[in-house]
Amino acid sequence: MADRNQLFLGISGLLFLVNLYLIFFYAPTEQVMGNIQRLFYLHLPTVWVGFLAFFIVFVSSIAYLLKRDPVWDRRAYAAGEAGVVFLTVAIVTGAVWAKPVWGVWWIWDPKLTTTFILWVIYIGYMMVRAYAPSGERGARWAAVVGIVGFVDVPIVYYASELWRSLHPELVTGPFAETGGLEAAMRTTLYFSLFAFTLVFVYLFRERFAQQRDDDTLAELRRAAG
Amino acid sequence: MSAYLSAALAVYLKDVRLEARSKETVGAVLIFALLVAFIFNFAFDATPDIVAIVGPGIVWVAYVFTGILGLNRTFVLERDRGTLDGLMLAPVGREAIYLGKLLSAISVMLVVEFLMVPVFLVLYDISLLDLRFALAALLATIGFAAVGTLFSAIAAHTRAREVLLPLLFLPVVLPVIMAAVAITALVLEGDGWSAATSWLQLVVAFDIVFLVVSSWAFEFVLEE
Repeated sequence: MADRNQLFLGISGLLFLVNLYLIFFYAPTEQVMGNIQRLFYLHLPTVWVGFLAFFIVFVSSIAYLLKRDPVWDRRAYAAGEAGVVFLTVAIVTGAVWAKPVWGVWWIWDPKLTTTFILWVIYIGYMMVRAYAPSGERGARWAAVVGIVGFVDVPIVYYASELWRSLHPELVTGPFAETGGLEAAMRTTLYFSLFAFTLVFVYLFRERFAQQRDDDTLAELRRAAG
Repeated sequence: MSAYLSAALAVYLKDVRLEARSKETVGAVLIFALLVAFIFNFAFDATPDIVAIVGPGIVWVAYVFTGILGLNRTFVLERDRGTLDGLMLAPVGREAIYLGKLLSAISVMLVVEFLMVPVFLVLYDISLLDLRFALAALLATIGFAAVGTLFSAIAAHTRAREVLLPLLFLPVVLPVIMAAVAITALVLEGDGWSAATSWLQLVVAFDIVFLVVSSWAFEFVLEE
């Protein structure tokens, strides 16, 4: 397992170098936005990985509550932790991109609102674990938060849409017109999605293995008295 | 089914009796609500045209903050006096405990919300005596309590306690806060029912989803 993960690290590292080459040299410069548009190749994949991670948290949490197998808890934990990191990158790159393009760091668009709420919910998810009196209870409570949080996401999105129809926003981002993406840009984007997903898989496996070793160690300690 | 309801009712009546005798929670929460409403006056110059814009926000920030304060009390008392162990030893389902606790949280919040109506009228000239507002407040409170009771049971048993509840609670109930503020704005502007329909639907959907999810998940929170 550990050796196989070294392989994962190597492959995702290599892919990431290629990814950087594609983003900065291969993809053409966008005509209106200029170089700042290249952030898009970091932003969209991190958003995607963030949402994927929280879907894994949701599924693993249900499985953990029903089966009580610590394996599912480790999966949820590993995915949740990586998800917070990726969503943080997504929110920061989004804000840095928005300032020159939209003129503001942040707008209350449904996508932004939902992403922010998801991010806060999963920080709460990590805190429940940290503050729980025991690992088993922390796992159970965190699973409950992971499920409630995920179910909430579509409702938040719908509410933000309703809210926007109440206060119309003037800005519409280029995300609305991604259909017109040039071929080289699209290739770069898809490659970046793939590379980021692989980095996530590596981090997920690594964290999972660490958690398992942690548990084994605790068990050995207990056995040794 | 009737055993389930009578068990829930017993838990609820226990809380009501406790509160009726001590008035601890409602009293403290009400004073806090007054202070929040009072301080808003100095957060901005509360002239009539400013209140027309921020009025619904004042009302719901006061309600949500006091709601958190009340929800925090829901399980703290149980934990400190060891009542919860007694409740869990009782031969009733966890759903019955959840329902009883949910009802008592809703009651405390509704009483405070109701008592605050004349305060908003006096301090800000906001008239909330409207059937639509009452309906929105009831539905929103059910939504708050559905999520809040679940998270309160978690937070009360962690080391962070009072700090953790708002962190978990606020992001999840954001849609309800948005809907409540929007409906209140429509009521204060004197708009018809139809404008509020989609918001009311949203709160009803939220209530149903989280009543089901929370009463299912509660079982896993209170398990030792």
